[in-house]
Amino acid sequence: MALILKEVTKRFGNYTAVDGLNLSIPDREMFGFLGANGAGKTTTFRMILGLLDPTAGKITLDGKAIDYSQSSMIGYLPEERGLYPKLKVVDQIVYLARLRGMKKQAAIKELGYWLERFRIPEYFDNKIEELSKGNQQKIQFIAAVIHRPKLLILDEPFSGLDPVNVELLKDAVIELKNSGTTIVFSSHRMEHVEEMCEYLCIMQKGKPVVHGSLKEIKRSFGKKNLVIHADFDVSYLQSFPGVVKAKQTPEGIYLQITGEEAAHGIFRDIAGKGFVRKFVLEEPSLNDIFIEKAGASYE
Amino acid sequence: MIFSLKRQVLPMNNFFIILFHTYISKLKTKSFIVTTILTAAIMVGLTNMPRIIDFFNEGEENKKVAVIDESGQLFAPLQEQVKGVNKEITLARFEGSVTEAAEQVEDGKFTAILQVELSEGNLPAGTYKAMSMADTALAADLQTGLQQLKSVMASSQLNLTEAQLSQLYEPVAFEKEALEKEAKTEEELNQARGLVYVLLFVIYFSVIMYANMIAMEVATEKSSRVMEILISSVSPIKQMFAKILGIGLLSLTQLAVFLLAGYFSIKQNLASMEGGFFEFFGFGEVPLGTIIYSVVFFILGYFLYATLAAFLGSLVSRIEDVQQMITPMTLLVVAGFMIAMFGLNQPEAPFVTVTSFIPFFTPMLMFLRVGMLNIPLWETALSFAILIGTIIFLAIFGARVYRGGVLMYGKSNSFKDIKRALQLTKKQ
Repeated sequence: MALILKEVTKRFGNYTAVDGLNLSIPDREMFGFLGANGAGKTTTFRMILGLLDPTAGKITLDGKAIDYSQSSMIGYLPEERGLYPKLKVVDQIVYLARLRGMKKQAAIKELGYWLERFRIPEYFDNKIEELSKGNQQKIQFIAAVIHRPKLLILDEPFSGLDPVNVELLKDAVIELKNSGTTIVFSSHRMEHVEEMCEYLCIMQKGKPVVHGSLKEIKRSFGKKNLVIHADFDVSYLQSFPGVVKAKQTPEGIYLQITGEEAAHGIFRDIAGKGFVRKFVLEEPSLNDIFIEKAGASYE
Repeated sequence: MIFSLKRQVLPMNNFFIILFHTYISKLKTKSFIVTTILTAAIMVGLTNMPRIIDFFNEGEENKKVAVIDESGQLFAPLQEQVKGVNKEITLARFEGSVTEAAEQVEDGKFTAILQVELSEGNLPAGTYKAMSMADTALAADLQTGLQQLKSVMASSQLNLTEAQLSQLYEPVAFEKEALEKEAKTEEELNQARGLVYVLLFVIYFSVIMYANMIAMEVATEKSSRVMEILISSVSPIKQMFAKILGIGLLSLTQLAVFLLAGYFSIKQNLASMEGGFFEFFGFGEVPLGTIIYSVVFFILGYFLYATLAAFLGSLVSRIEDVQQMITPMTLLVVAGFMIAMFGLNQPEAPFVTVTSFIPFFTPMLMFLRVGMLNIPLWETALSFAILIGTIIFLAIFGARVYRGGVLMYGKSNSFKDIKRALQLTKKQ
């Protein structure tokens, strides 16, 4: 389902949490939502879910305003993880699934499928408090997707998971996307967004500073990274024209340059000076873009 | 994988899903089951109180008192008088010395010693000696007996005729009549007092207990962060009322268990217990009206305080802060109960009348007045109207606070948070 945010603003008293946000998230796409802490991500999610009313602007899902009548089509994994600690996994999931309009039997069947898929079928009858944190997170993920939502909002879905479980969850998310779910997710892990999202938005102080498709963003960013490994000292490149940033590495230097032309100049310059083991011109990473645009790093 | 699951979008359904989930999951908790059984057991115990008391009293029914009568004239008339006071006291003439008698008391042959003699005016005087002064009833009975004997002797010394004597002792004619036609008689009032007393306790405890339960429930959902998932699928307002009704249903279930246990236990005992304990408490003939009023006032009181508790609970983010947050509310209930306890003896005091219209006190005080007095219908109706109005106001206001409150995290134990929560729900 296509999700469109039009001039969405949210003010709390004098504080503006989200300021004139325009987003259009195409149907069946995976949309990455980035931003430093306090950039307005969670507030935006809460407005999309209808928990908060925007001060101004409009949010529509397939052209319709979002309200509780659509709750069976929406799935939400909040940033703060939480389930009823005293309730059994099955009771918990069935309760939450029923609130999303599922029948009890269907929910139990789906739960079986997901537990199997996440390799924890033995926890069907356990209380939540008896599960490890990672496994609790899987249960919560199941709670968000069990009713096969058409719009899925994932707030930091992979935080606190080990790499094996991250892969399990990532596969599940990609599969959901391929089966037609529109997914919006926020993450602190740039590589996850880079790997999974076609479209993204970087928020800063309630405003989108970068917005569009990943390729487009990288291209318009202009700057590129240059990795040089050489047998001779290349530290003088720090002050070479076209170099924005430089970082010494044990085997050479890592440069951020203004564009491909700058690389030409550097290549010509070092070519005669000695043996160069490695000379790689790289696309900028999302992390570079994020640091520059949002002025902060998570890594 | 199944991709086309049947979707049933019936928003009203969610209300009942939450209601029954709250009800059933609470019903199944061990603490609920244990409390219910324990309280029911205590109720059966209380209603069997007379039997229990009698059971323990059986051993020492007959109290033997050694009477040392040096004059030789007092024993027989005293025995006569004491018999009239308490049949269970047996007097025995003791011929030995006081020391000998004391030894026999120590051996347990006698309960106490009563030394009687004729004093200066040729009137009886007595000294009571026992192992301890704990049994005040026995000493009092003996004293009464001796007092009566003294009166008889004194009047005969004054040479009063039999007729004069009976004139002197005839109790004054004193009849009480209420001018109001339907006012309760003294006897009825005593009965009502007992019943109202018990029902006031029930209202007091249950309002505190269930309001607490609601605040805890809300705070638990908030602190475990399950709240965000819940409110993303069901509106907070619907959720709040479903919860209040769910716990309300639970409270009615529990009270029904208590009522049944109490009713059958009393009914069983009633046959064997004519007069005494139960009649004092007004259980002889329970006025149906009072019971119905108590149920109505309980339900209204519950809604009032439950709404308050729900929105107060939504303001805290840690369970530990719940008690602090709802303390002002608890104090309101306690204050109402205190006034009600005072009002039991003076239900007509202007103070009680005025406070019975304050909605937070109405459930207890207006019930007290309805149960004990014969108050005009308009007063009851007015208090109902104020109470229901307040409940509606609190529900609307509470729902708005709740909606914002459940999204608020961080340090939160001041009433400033109510303002913050309201701000969250506003558009501007």
